[in-house]
Parts: sequence; C-alpha cells; structure tokens
Amino acid sequence: MQGSEARSDTESTNPILQLHQFSLRFRGHPEPAVDGLNLSVSAGETLCIVGESGCGKSVSAMALMGLLPQDIIDIPNGQMDFEGHRYDLRSDGLDASTRGDRMAMIFQEPMTSLNPAFRIGDQIAEAVLHHRNCTRTEATESALQMLRRVGIPAPQQRLREYPHQLSGGMRQRVMIAMALINNPSFLIADEPTTALDVTIQAQILDLIRELQSETGMGTLFITHDLGVVAEIATNVAVMYGGQIVESGPVGAVFDDPQHPYTIGLMSSVPRMSGSRDRLITVPGTVPSLADMPQGCRFRTRCPFATDNCAARPALSDVGPDHAVACHYAPLEQQDEVRCAM
Amino acid sequence: MLSFILRRILIAIPTILLISVFVFSLQKLLPGDPVLAMAGEERDPEVLEFLREKYRLNDPIPVQYMTWVGNALRGDLGISLRTNQPVTELIAEKLPVTIQLAVMAILFALVIGIPAGILSAVKKGTVTDYVANIVALSGLSIPNFWLGIMLILLVSVKLDLLPASGYVPLSEDPVKSITTMLMPAFVLGTALAATLMRHTRSAMLGVLKSDYVRTARAKGLHERRVVLKHAFRNALTPIVTLTALLFGELIAGAVLTEQIFTIPGFGKLVVDAVFNRDYAVVQGIVLVTAVGFIFMNLLADVAYVLLNPRLRTA
Repeated sequence: MQGSEARSDTESTNPILQLHQFSLRFRGHPEPAVDGLNLSVSAGETLCIVGESGCGKSVSAMALMGLLPQDIIDIPNGQMDFEGHRYDLRSDGLDASTRGDRMAMIFQEPMTSLNPAFRIGDQIAEAVLHHRNCTRTEATESALQMLRRVGIPAPQQRLREYPHQLSGGMRQRVMIAMALINNPSFLIADEPTTALDVTIQAQILDLIRELQSETGMGTLFITHDLGVVAEIATNVAVMYGGQIVESGPVGAVFDDPQHPYTIGLMSSVPRMSGSRDRLITVPGTVPSLADMPQGCRFRTRCPFATDNCAARPALSDVGPDHAVACHYAPLEQQDEVRCAM
Repeated sequence: MLSFILRRILIAIPTILLISVFVFSLQKLLPGDPVLAMAGEERDPEVLEFLREKYRLNDPIPVQYMTWVGNALRGDLGISLRTNQPVTELIAEKLPVTIQLAVMAILFALVIGIPAGILSAVKKGTVTDYVANIVALSGLSIPNFWLGIMLILLVSVKLDLLPASGYVPLSEDPVKSITTMLMPAFVLGTALAATLMRHTRSAMLGVLKSDYVRTARAKGLHERRVVLKHAFRNALTPIVTLTALLFGELIAGAVLTEQIFTIPGFGKLVVDAVFNRDYAVVQGIVLVTAVGFIFMNLLADVAYVLLNPRLRTA
C-alpha cells in the first residue's frame, strides 16, 4: 500500500466506494498516467479531486464508470469496492447493469453531451426503461418529476423539446436529471460547471449539493477550480502527475496545506481580502508522461527538491485523515515555500 | 415543414428552367445535322427542306426553345426523329424498367453497404474492418461489365439458376420480373454498396467519438443499442444524401449493365438517341433525368429535416 487513503472524516459510516491501488496506462506509453490511486467515499460526502489538466483525474473517473475504450487503455492494477461488490478493474470494470443505475456520471460538456436527434424526455426516460421494469408512460412520468426536481421550468413542455432548444445550464440540469433518475448511490461529476458561466455554475453546484443531501449519495467531484472545491467538498485529493500528493478533509487541506504543490495551488488563487501582492504561480508546467521524473513526480518544479526526492515519497499522515506525499512534510514554514516559488 | 417543402419546390423551378436552357443550347451546339441523319443517303434538297419545315428547325433558336418548353409543359416532348414515336411515350415505356432496376440496385447497396460500414466502424482496426475494406475496394475496382459477364457465366450458364438476360414487366409477372433483374441489380448494387460502406464507416467513426455516445454508454445501455440507436441515427444524414444522389445517377448511368443484360431501359434509349442525333429524344431524356435528380435532392432535403430536429424549427 502506498500510504493511507483519502477517506471520510466520519469514520462511523461505511464507504460506498473504495478504490485500491488503481493504475492506468495509455497503450504505447510505459509510464503509468495514473499511479497507485486510492480513494474512499462515504454516503453523503463529496470527495473533490483537484489537479491541473492532464493529471489523470478525468481518465480515472471514466475508468471507474467503465467508459474507457480497452484498445487505448491498459489497467495493470486496481480494484474497486462498490456497494459490497468487488470489481477487478484489470479485467472488467463496472457492469452495464450497475452503470447508469447505481453509479452515474455527469460530464463537462453539456452542449454536446445530449443526443441532438432525440427529445429530452425520451433521453431521460430511456435511462429508466433500461434499468427498471416499467412502462413507457411510467418512465416518462418519472422523467417529468425528475425535470421538476432539477428545477427546469415548464417541465411538461421541455420533455418534448430537443437539446438545441435549451441553454447550456438547462442542458446540464437535464444531464443531472438523467444521471440521478435511477437514484444512484454514487455520482461522478467530471467538471460539470467548467463550461458554464459563473452564475449558472453556482446554481448547478447548489443543485448538486441539494440533491445530494436529499438522496445521501456519495459524490466524486472532479475539478481544477479551488473555488468550487471550497463550495462543495467534504474531502479533497490533490493530484499531480497521476498520483495523489495530498488528501484530507477540505478544512485541513485548505487551512494547512503541506505539499509544496498544494501550497503553490492555494497561493495562485486570488483572494478578496489580504495582501495585494502579485499572484504566486507554480513555476514550470506538468511534464509529459514520457518526461515524468522518477520518484517524486513534482520534484522538477519543486523549490525544495533534493536528492532524496528521487525516491518516491509515501502518502503519510500529518494530521487526522490528512495525508501528504512529501519527504519534507509537515513543512514548518509555509511562507518559505511561497517565497521560494 | 410544409412551408419548407414548398420553399424547396419553388427553388427547384428556376433550376429546372436553367437546365432546360442548357440542355437545349448544348443540343444546338453539337456537330451534325439531324435532317441529314434522317434523310440517309438521299440528299434531295427539297426533302431536306421539307423535313426542316416539318420539325420546325428553320425557326430562330429562341422560338424553337419556347415552342419546346411550351410543349414540354403540356407533356409533349416532341416526336422522335428516328422512330416517329412521341418522346413522352418512349420515356414512359423505358423509365419504369430503369426505375425498377435502380430501386433493386439501391436495395442491394443499402443491405450490403450500411451493415458493412457500421461493422467496420465499430470494429475499427480489426480483421473484420480490413476484410470489409478490401471487399469494398474490390467492389469499387471491379468493372460492372466484367462482373456482369462473370455472373452470367456462373449463375446462368453453369448453374442455370437465373435467366441471363431479358426483361419481364412487373405488371405481367412480378416474381419473374424480379428474378430476371436480380443479377443486373446486384452488379449495379455492389459498386454502390462499396461507396455506401465507406461513407457509412466514416460517418459512424465520427459519431462514435461524440460526447452523446459516451452519455448513452454512461446510462448503461448495451453497446448494440448505443451503436444502432444513438450513433447510427446521427450518422444517417450523409448516408441519405449519398443514397439519393446514387439513385439519381443510376437512372441514366446504368447503360453498360443494361447493355450486357439486354434490358430495354433508359440507358440504352440515351445511347441510341445520341448516336442517331435524335434531338427530341435526347432533350426529353436529359430533362426527365434532371427533374428526377432534383426530385431526389428534394427528398434528401426533406429527409434531412426529418432526421435533424435543429432544422425543423428553422
């Protein structure tokens, strides 16, 4: 095991989903794009995965849903416990009867994620018809109720409309309705607000939070936006180069970030209060898979890197449920890090 | 929807008029004098003059054009210089033959081309894909006349399964009519199937990568339903267009196949008319073909709208 897991702070509840030692390779690349990922999400909580583009967060989510084409992806390692079943992700992922029923997913691009050729109502009802033994009328009725729940005005009329007649925000609501209609216990949200403008973003986040408290589902929320994390997360896992570098309850990670990368990320967010100095950026860019350094993958950009960092640091606890993968954690003086960057 | 169709028909009218002008002028520009062709060996100036007068070839060209269009609108496309039959009658006699052949050929093409295209898109990069592509390429490369002759040799001469040639009207004996036309329709259909297969494949490859196909998979739908419902429905547009155009092409373009299987169709009528400088017949045929093309395009446009909800509200 590579250290502890990004786990719930409410130890009493059993996790709905646990991911063990998940690794993933793109065929033709020897370096894993995702390396030894461990995740755990309990009912009612939201785990946010944060990281730059290409850090492996979306591809991991797709793999959980079993949506990755086998011909370009190779999964050398990984097991998933979901609702009491163990799935060996190496051979077969989530089965089609669980996908879209017990576990659902919403995506980043609401404009293109709905089929332009079919009516909204039919697309939502299809999800019910496929998983439940019910009539078309019943399925359409529950689609209607679901549209109401996600706050779409004039739902009766929307049922008969096509995707192009809806705005981006409305389409994302439809996607959420489609994902949640079978009452899944686990929702994966892959940057669902990135393509929306700010006011709509807030509405969609509110909606997800609201539905989550109604249903008690666990949520894996993928984003690169720390503002969104602050809004919605119970726990955070920070990913860099396909590995988790820091994880823990959102309060702990935000107030007391320990990994140099997390500290850099936090410092690069503009704040309303506080000093008006220049924003701090993390120097350099994420190396490509082929150039990924051995050991700590952040060391080429880290101001504190030493020869020790050629060995991969384990994810180890620095506080309650708060784990960091850095040889020099816990860092005594964070300001030093900020100055160094 | 109705207003859309009406609008499309209105747009078609100037197109047809333009085509008629074009067809008419082209005829006049062709070398050779139809009267000479008609009169044969006899070059008596009086006879020639009489014929010119009879077919109104002495009128100014614009007048000839107006007379022709006026008559055409009344369903009178003139009289064949060669056989003295009304052109309308000739066309009415041959057109159903060719339409039957074209419909059967298109059916062959659809039944072979579309499933093969879908299959090779879904199995991209596998043996199935390569085999389908090789078969399609052969279908495109093998000349119709060669395939026709080989089929006649095998199916008719060796195995004696189907008649080698001839034509039985559909109204006379439907079963016999269809069986006689199976081979020529197959020959025409295979080449079209290859084209259709290639287009279906590329359309499907594009659609299978789309976000809404991923959504359909995320719903947990079975792959067959994802491909046949969610993907194929969106790949249909280019397929429908292509089918309409191919059908239009078949009307006048089946000459060789008709020749080999001695089918008294449209293609043969065209070739004979051109060689005999039978102006009236050529004009009539080109006009009918053009109108047919425009009609098929109209159908394709209507199909677009039916397939694409985005156009329906426009």
